[in-house]
Order: sequence, then C-alpha cells, then structure tokens
Amino acid sequence: MALLSITSPHVKGPQRTAGIMRWVILMTLPGLALQTYFFGWGNLHNVIWCSLIAVAAESLVLWLRKRPIGFYIGDYSALVTAVLLGLALPPFAPWWVSLVACLFSILFAKHLYGGIGYNPFNPAMAGYALVLISYPLAMTTTWANPVASNTPSITETLAIIWELSPLVDAYTGATPLDVYKHEVAVSTAEEIRSNPIFGQRIALGWEAVNLAFLLGGLVLIGLKVMPWQTPAAVLAGLALPALIFGWDEDQSAPLSLHLFAGATMLGAFFIATDPVSSATTNLGRLIYGFGIGLLTYIIRVWGSYPDAIAFAVLLMNFAAPFIDAYTQPRAYGYKKANRGPKASDKP
Amino acid sequence: MQPIPITTINNHKNSRKLHDFHGGVHPEQNKHQSTQKPIQTPLLPPRLILPLQQHIGRAAKACVSPGEQVLKGQVIAEAQGPISVAVHAPTSGIIESIEELPVAHPSGLSAPCIVLTPDGKETWTALTTHQDYLNLDEEQMYAAIQNAGIAGMGGAGFPTKVKLNPSIAGRIDTLVINAIECEPYITSDDMLVREHAEEILRGIEIMARLVEPKNSLVALEDNKPEAYLALREALNERQQQAGAYEHEIELVVVPTKYPSGGEKQLIQILTGKEVPSGGIPADIGVVCQNTGTARAVYRALRFGEPLISRITTLTGKQIADPCNVEALIGTPISWLIGQYGYQPARQERLIMGGPMMGYTITEPDMPLVKTSNCILAPSPQELPMDHQAQACIRCGLCAEACPAELLPQQLYWFSRAQEYEKAEQHSLFDCIECGACSYVCPSSIPLVQYYRHAKGEIQEQAEAHAKSDRARIRFEARQERLDRDVAEKEAKRQARKEAAARAQAARKSADTNLTTHTKTQTSNAEQPAENGPSLETLKANWDSAQTKLDKLFDSLEETNKTNPDMATKLQRAIEKNQLRVNQTRLAYEKAETAASADQPTVLEKSVTSLPNTDDMKSIWERSQVKLDKMLITLADAKLNNPDTVEKLQRAVDKTQARVTQAKQNYEAVVSTSTATTPSTVKKSETSLEPSTENDLDSLRAVYEKAQAKLEKMQETLEDARANNSDTIEKFERAVAKNQVRVSAAKTALNAAKARREN
Repeated sequence: MALLSITSPHVKGPQRTAGIMRWVILMTLPGLALQTYFFGWGNLHNVIWCSLIAVAAESLVLWLRKRPIGFYIGDYSALVTAVLLGLALPPFAPWWVSLVACLFSILFAKHLYGGIGYNPFNPAMAGYALVLISYPLAMTTTWANPVASNTPSITETLAIIWELSPLVDAYTGATPLDVYKHEVAVSTAEEIRSNPIFGQRIALGWEAVNLAFLLGGLVLIGLKVMPWQTPAAVLAGLALPALIFGWDEDQSAPLSLHLFAGATMLGAFFIATDPVSSATTNLGRLIYGFGIGLLTYIIRVWGSYPDAIAFAVLLMNFAAPFIDAYTQPRAYGYKKANRGPKASDKP
Repeated sequence: MQPIPITTINNHKNSRKLHDFHGGVHPEQNKHQSTQKPIQTPLLPPRLILPLQQHIGRAAKACVSPGEQVLKGQVIAEAQGPISVAVHAPTSGIIESIEELPVAHPSGLSAPCIVLTPDGKETWTALTTHQDYLNLDEEQMYAAIQNAGIAGMGGAGFPTKVKLNPSIAGRIDTLVINAIECEPYITSDDMLVREHAEEILRGIEIMARLVEPKNSLVALEDNKPEAYLALREALNERQQQAGAYEHEIELVVVPTKYPSGGEKQLIQILTGKEVPSGGIPADIGVVCQNTGTARAVYRALRFGEPLISRITTLTGKQIADPCNVEALIGTPISWLIGQYGYQPARQERLIMGGPMMGYTITEPDMPLVKTSNCILAPSPQELPMDHQAQACIRCGLCAEACPAELLPQQLYWFSRAQEYEKAEQHSLFDCIECGACSYVCPSSIPLVQYYRHAKGEIQEQAEAHAKSDRARIRFEARQERLDRDVAEKEAKRQARKEAAARAQAARKSADTNLTTHTKTQTSNAEQPAENGPSLETLKANWDSAQTKLDKLFDSLEETNKTNPDMATKLQRAIEKNQLRVNQTRLAYEKAETAASADQPTVLEKSVTSLPNTDDMKSIWERSQVKLDKMLITLADAKLNNPDTVEKLQRAVDKTQARVTQAKQNYEAVVSTSTATTPSTVKKSETSLEPSTENDLDSLRAVYEKAQAKLEKMQETLEDARANNSDTIEKFERAVAKNQVRVSAAKTALNAAKARREN
C-alpha cells in the first residue's frame, strides 16, 4: 500500500480567493444599481464592456504566459478590476477610454508585474489615472447629469458611448465636487447649493450611490472579506482635514460633500482595500488608509482635479511595503515589536 | 450514546480570569465519531516494534540482545544521559532483532528499533509498588518517574522528569494539566479524563509535590462536558476525603478555539502571561503537563508500572469502527487499525496526530510510540487534498489567524525568496507550526511547509557556518604543527649530519686498523660494531613500516565509512606497505642471522654485506616509489578530499623520513663495502671481482632504467602541457625528481666504472 506524504494541516478552511472576489463584486451591485438609476445606463454599460475587455486581455496574457487560463480567470480578480473601472469611469466616457484604461490595468499594471498577487499598484486605479491624465476632456465632460428625467435611454446611451451620436449637453454636467470647488471662490455656500445637482440633501444621486457602497462595504467587513482598518482610516483621513479646514462652507467643501460625493465610499471600501497593493499589517493599514484619505483631501481641495481617489491610492501603493516594514506587530513572547529593515536584538 | 449534559459545563464558573490569545481558528471538531465507545483494548499484536528514540533528547541504548527472553515491563533500552528515557518491554516475549526500521517521524526516516515477539503469557517483571507513594522522598519520586520511561504524552515527548526538574521547584506559580485537546478528531485525552479522572488527579498531586506550585489546575475546552463531569465528580470525591489530599486542584473551562491547547497559548489564556521568545514556561513560573503524563506518573509511583501503553484515538472515515484504544507502545499501526475495520482508500494517507498538526506516515507498519495520540485515516472526501495553491493576494487572513501574532504572509514571501535573514527578523522561529494560517489561506498556500523548509535551511546554514569555523581552526592548528615538524626535522637532520661525520671519522680509523692489522680477533671484534648500526636501522625500518601499516589500516577503516574512492587508494597503499613490511623484516632477519652466525671471516662478512647492500637499495627505491605515489595521492586528496589531507600529509612525511633513512643506510653500506673492498682485495682479489662486476652491471641497469623513465616522463609532461594545465605541475615535479635520480644513477655508475678501471 502506497501512502501519500502530505504536510499538515490536512484540513482547509472554507475561505477561497474566488469567494472573496465574488463577494466584492456582489457588494458593488447595490451601488451600481443606484448609479444606473440616477445617472443612466452608462455605468452598467461600462462595467459590462470593461469585464469583456478584462477577461479577454487576461486570457490572452495567460495564454502567452502558458498559464492555465480557466484556473486564473476563475479567481475573478480580472473581473473585480473591470467592475471597479466600470463603476469609477464617467458614465458617458467613450468606449475607447474604457478600452485603454482596462487594457492598461490588465496588461501593464497587473501582468507585467507577474499577475495576481504581484502587482504593486492597484490595477484599476493605474488604468483610471492613465486615462484621466491622457484624456482630460473625455474624462471631465462625460459625467452624467443626475436629474432623473433627463437620463437618456439605453440606445441613446450606447450611441453616445460608441460615438454614433454627439454628446448631448443636457445629459452631462460637472460633478458636485467640481462645481463646489470652482464656485466656492466666488459664491457663498447657499448660492452654490442652489444648483440642482446638489439636490435636497448633499449631492443628488451621489449621496445615494455612496451610501450604497458604504453599506456594501460594511457587509464585506462583517463577512471578514476585508479588514475594517483601511476604509475606516480612509474616511478618517478625509474627514479630519475636512473638519479642520472645511468648517466654513463658504470657504471650502463641507465634510458631508467630501464623504458622500465623488468616489469616496467606492474608494474607501472597494479600491483602497485591494489587498495585493495595500499595506498588510493592521497598523500599516491604518496608516495606509489615512494617507489615502489625506491625499484625497489635499488633491481635491488644492490640486487641479476635482476628485483624487486614484492618485491618492497610487501614491500610497508606493508607500505600502515601507509601511509594512515599520508596522510589524509584536509577536508572542516579545517585549516589543521587531520593526524597521534591520534585524533588532531579541528581548 | 448518553445525552450530553451541555448545561453543566456552561454553568461552570472559572475561579480565575481567562485571557484570550491572538488569532486562532475554528475547524470542524469531528470528535464525536471516536467517543461513542469506552476505551477498547486491542488484541496482543504478533510483533512489537520499539524505537529507541520516542522522546526529545538522546536515544535510549538497547540493553538486550536478539534471542533474549524479556518480561513485561522489563527495561530493554536504558536512558542515555540526563535528557533521555528508558524503553520497556510492553509484554513478555523474545527479542527478535535490533535493527533500523521506519518509524513515525515527519522525516519518514528509519531509526534503530527493538523488535519483540510476544509470547502471549504477559508475564510481568517484578514491580516496586508504593501504597504510601506521596510520602516517598523527592529522590525516590524522581527515580520512579525516570525509571518508568515517561516522556510528555501530549505530542512533543519531552522527558517528564526533566520537566519536573528540582531546580524549578519553588519558583513555579502554576502547574497546568493540559486536557484541552484542541485538535479536531483527537479524543484520547477526553476519553482518558472520562475514564481515569481519579488517577489523573493523583498524578497531579505527585507532580505538585515535586514542583511545589502555588496553584494546580486542569484546563479543558468547553466542548468536553463528559470529561468535565468526570473531573468534577473526582474532585468532589477528593474533597470528601480531604485528609488524604492537601493540594487544591482547580478546574478551568476555556472556550473552544484552535490552538488553545498549544502550551504557549494555554499559558496565555490561563495567566495572561507570555512565554518569552526562546524561553520555557518555567521562566514565567508555569509548568505544563499532559493528562496522560499525569496518569502515567501516578501509575509509575503507585504500582511501579513503566510506560508501556497509551490511549490513542483511531478515527477517520476509512476506519469503520472509530474509537479510542489503550494500545501497547510498539504496536504496528496497520495491525492496530486493521482490528477496527480499516479499509484503505485509493489515494491513501494515514495521519499520525490530528488534521492540523499531524504528519502523514510513510509505512503502515510503523509502530505506535509514546507520543502517538491519534491515528487518522480520512477518506478523500472527508479531508480533500486537491486544493491547488493560488497566488498570495496578501489578504492578511493568515495574520488574523496566527496565534503567535506573526505575519505569516510576510514569512511566506521571505521563505519563498530565500530571504532567510528577513524571515528570522520576522520571528520565523517563533512559529509553532499550528497550521492556522494555512487553514484560513484563501489561496490554499501550504504556508507551514514553507516555514518548515525555511527553518531547516537556516539551521543547515548555521551548521555549515559552524563547520567552516571548525575547519579554519583545524587548518590553523595543522599549519602550526607542520611548521613545528619542519623545525624538528631540520634539527634532526643536523644531528644526523653530525653523527654521520663522527661515524665517518670512526670508520676511517677502523679502516686503518683493518688494513694495518692482519686478520685477528680484534678485527672480528670490530665487525659487530660496524654491523650494529645497520642492524639497528633495519629493525627501525621494520618497526616504522609496521606502525605505518597499522596506521593505514586504521585510516582505511575510517575512510571506508566516509569516502569509498579514497578507500581503494588506501587499500593499494596498504598492500604495498604490507610488502614493504615483509621486505624490511626479511632484510632485518637476514642481517641478524648474518651478524650472529657469520662473524669469523672478513671475507664472508663482506659477501653477506653485499646482498645486504642490494636489499637496502631495494628498500630505498621502493620507498622512493611509494613516496612519489603518496605525493600524487596527496595532491589528489588536496583537490578532492580535504579531510584526509592531514592524514596523508603525515604519512608522506613519515615516508619521506624513511626514504632519507633508507638512502642513508644504503649509502653508508655502499661506502663501507667500497671502503672494505681494497682491504679484502688484498686477501682474495678473485672472489671480489665478480661482485664488483655485478655491482657495475646493476648500476648501469639502474641508470638506464632511470634514463628511460625520465624520457617517458618528459614525453608525458609535454603531452600534459599541451592538454591539461592541472597535471603539469605534478609531472614537472616528477620529472625533476627523476632527473635527480638519473644523474645520481649516472654518477654512481661512473664512480663504479672508475673504481673498476682503477
């Protein structure tokens, strides 16, 4: 009788990478539904379109790298990248913007570094940042106007995205963050708020979408699919300066707008939490997340971009390995933690 | 099956505040399968295999021989040194053999085992029982524990006596009896407590006597209500007869979480303190013992019973009749599980221990040992093993699960990249290999395997480092010795030179005596004086050759073990030396008989001295040849086998000395014979002429041979120059040596010729 020789443990917990990724995708769906409700079919189209590109690109690279395609596609990581891009890109972004962003994400940001697990940067945000810098016009003029009566039909949406018909001004408009940023210098908060895109509460449409992403994220934390530290720190990093500098609504955007407009919740719960490119220690995640929040605020308020999640995430990706090296937890049996790049003496 | 009185254990109030440890996992328990029946007693196996090492420390040393009849409980292997325990015969029978057999160890290697064939009579050896065991003095208690061969039965197998060491007595705050059993499937401690709670308490009492703790407690998880009840009852009973006991024993129920039964984690749960990295629990005033150990200690003191059986869980879907058995140590696993309806699966694995930390055994016939708490034979569906590892996505779930608060994921990257220094800096060696990280890893990465490998590599590197340090020290010592040798040799050479000069002077005066005096008794009397040194040196030659031969035999034996290549070379050297010894002995004996028997005439003496010269020359030549060969071997060895270089160097030095000596002897004899020639010529010219002729001929032959050899060598050297730079040096040396030889031969020949012409 030949016996198998296998090392322990011989039992495996239920958690699987594919399962984690599936949960992440699932929990973006409420946000996507509300995006579709308020801003039209654009985001849904982008999510599907990006998914097709991502899966095709991933398969191509896996084939070139002679890897088992089914095995790697099955981990859903390419799909997560695609979904996040689709959610983040402007609803009426032309088809080629999505294509470039998605191809860059999968081919360059992910596979040139070795594929899943090896990418130092968040692939979705790398793709997003590329098109944001390369195609500023296409990326700023294609945001949808959230006034529901004005949303175009599916065919109209497709025609706009595939550039079969010209962009209709009535459908598009600047985002609340953009509007506030530019008008705050010349107007009072009340005057700015009179713009219908702010709606009755914080920012029409955006507030609901952000709330949906917040809830989806909380579910993921509850399921232990993601740690709480990163999103909490992102929100703290954004809220703290917003409280300090933004107490006067007439001078800068208020806290509520920072938290519930733009890609704040999507970024905090679904983008900053990408495990591969983020810090891995609990303390490290707090620092990493706080950095993202802080950088987002800085760029939103003093930078030239209305939103800044992508840049903030990429900048903190750079810092993640460094943060990890200095945030090792204290191991069992030690008086203090071993930190820093050099081996320190045992207690 | 009795209804589980779950409320009872839930109502338990711990008398101490419990602490939590970081991480941990909750794998499916799967304990109910093997707790349906009381502890079973298997049949007597047809054969028992008893490894000499079933514990941490030095292996025991067998003290029986094959064919010997032993009694149940008799010591068959004795403890070696302080950290070691004895092995006892689990039943009476006959020692079949003592051999290397595969034993249950993660490495899957073989180890020395005593094989015992039971005779079925179960005849006990005489046992020392103690009715009043608690009143034994400490020495007697320690002796009883040590003599019973008890090693920790929880898994590690650390000798129990050492763990209850007197030096820790007095500084121990808490004695913990670990009945946690957090690994899934395993129920041996659970069943033991259910059925033998009383004996465990008595064992605790004994251990408390020895380590004098302030508190003693038994800890178990809240998933063992029956065991809890049994202990509760035994404690109550104990309270009723309080006179017999004096030490308070606390019962602590801890929440079920893996690995709360790990020594360090349990200590943290119970005391809130952590065992310092690299330290032992006694450093923070805690001693942990397993329940099985406690019972074994009691039985050893009360009944004098050695540790010859243990309770083991047999479970897994491939075993039809899962249960706990009290089996004899040494029972072959296949035989044991075979009795309880074991059916091998198609892709079979047998796990020694639980599913989290157990290891697969490679041979089903491996024996049960003192630390075997479970044999798990899972079906492929039960514990699937087709998880293909995916890439690490740094999710950090492993760090959440790690009870040692390490960063398993970082350790994985470092181990994988062989960045061992960083891995060590991330406290790799504080990993207890509990498997929690691998369990939670969503990418199914066999993390623990990486850590084990990295630990092994680091240890290997450390050993290599230590070895190179030793080699350096050895080299320096050798260099020093060589320098000393050279100095000594120089001094000896000087002394010899002076002695030779003196001898020369003496000989000159002897010659004058010989020529001026007619053949008289005085000249006869002088013969031994002249023959003396040559006889002595011959004897010395023989002796030294003999010593050398002996030494070569020694080194051959050693080399046979380490280096078979070198061994054949040495074998050849030995044969040659054997020849040399015979030769020298022959020469010596011949010279001796000649010296003692043929003294009367100078003529006869000179005749006997002539073959003597030849002999000596052959000795010299042979030695020279040998030396050359040895030099080559040495050069070889320097390249291939640095270990033997030293030995060879010594041999070469010795041979060098021998060659010089042989040469000197030869030259001395030659000079004597030539010196005596003129005088003997006067006596009988005819008798000497042929011998001179012979001399001349042989010298010419030597010269020609040497010349031919030199030419051949030069050719080879040319060849070597063309082809291989490595051997050139060697050849150049050989050629140079031969050139010297040729010129020497030529000079000798010319001198002889001249003499003859004269």
